[in-house]
Amino acid sequence: MARNVLDALTAKFGGAILETSSAYGDDVAVVKRESLLDVAGFLKSDPAMAFDLPCYCTCVDYLGMEMLTVSPTTPLAVPSIPSALPPEAPRYAMVYELRSIKHRHRVRLKVPLHDNDLKLPTLSGLWAAFNWLERETYDMYGVAFEGHPDLRRIFMYDEFIGHPLRKDYPKERRQPLVRREWTDE
Amino acid sequence: MGLEIATTKLEDAANWGRKFSLFTYPFVTACCGMEFMSVAAPKYDIARFGAEFPRFSPRQSDLLMVVGTITERQGPILKRVYDQMAEPKWVIAFGVCASTGGFYQNYSAMPGADQVIPVDVYIPGCPPRPEQVLDALMLLMKRVQDGRGHSQVRHKREQLARHGEGT
Repeated sequence: MARNVLDALTAKFGGAILETSSAYGDDVAVVKRESLLDVAGFLKSDPAMAFDLPCYCTCVDYLGMEMLTVSPTTPLAVPSIPSALPPEAPRYAMVYELRSIKHRHRVRLKVPLHDNDLKLPTLSGLWAAFNWLERETYDMYGVAFEGHPDLRRIFMYDEFIGHPLRKDYPKERRQPLVRREWTDE
Repeated sequence: MGLEIATTKLEDAANWGRKFSLFTYPFVTACCGMEFMSVAAPKYDIARFGAEFPRFSPRQSDLLMVVGTITERQGPILKRVYDQMAEPKWVIAFGVCASTGGFYQNYSAMPGADQVIPVDVYIPGCPPRPEQVLDALMLLMKRVQDGRGHSQVRHKREQLARHGEGT
């Protein structure tokens, strides 16, 4: 639909845009982490872009799966087995969904991230709504946002250890704060 | 001997009064709250059983209704609310989430409010129908009359222990 956003991005940033795709009305650009701030700043301030509404940001853990950097145009492939993946394949993808109310177009940015280097610059300086969403992403996935004004847990309690939405967090591991003594009746 | 009979009768009379004047504290955390409103509203009308008045202050209530999912993060809050209530006090776990955690088996949901506080009556259902709640209330009233509530039993045991020390 709105390929022109993706075209403008590739024309302006070239190699920083690893991949683009456009399917079912979803325009996706895979962006290098180093140029995320530049790309986001351009999307916000350029009059032809004018992305003024940050819809959401989140993270995807592709542990044991091939990363789907583009929207599939064919039915979803069966996830490949973990051993078949190269060890240096990025495990996480940070996802940003932006919308422009003025131009009525939207774009999705994906930033591949490696397990041992899970950090990227914050976008809360550009869109204040990303402040809490990035805190949530930090809470659930442990992504460190550099330059975030207040990077604390937002849902889980401070005593909680680990990041529960990572694929390698055991799904039923609880970390209780308080339990009763069952001997009192 | 005569004194014992007199105090037993007095306790019975007090329990009779207590069971018809339960003051509820609705600890509503989730969708079960809608059913709780239905129970309290005129169609089912919990007031018919004397448990009419929701007091949103733990110090003025003696029936804690745990309505909805309890997360691990809420555990200390629930315990604090329970500890603030004056004796004797009773607890109803309203719905499967409050009873066992329900279908939540994950890092955040507590497997039942009884992990933190003693529960007198459990109501299954997701959410339970108002009739079930009224049934549970009648079960609780029987329990109150018989002096079998957790806090009543605890009180009795403490009294016995004190008496034993005295002699």
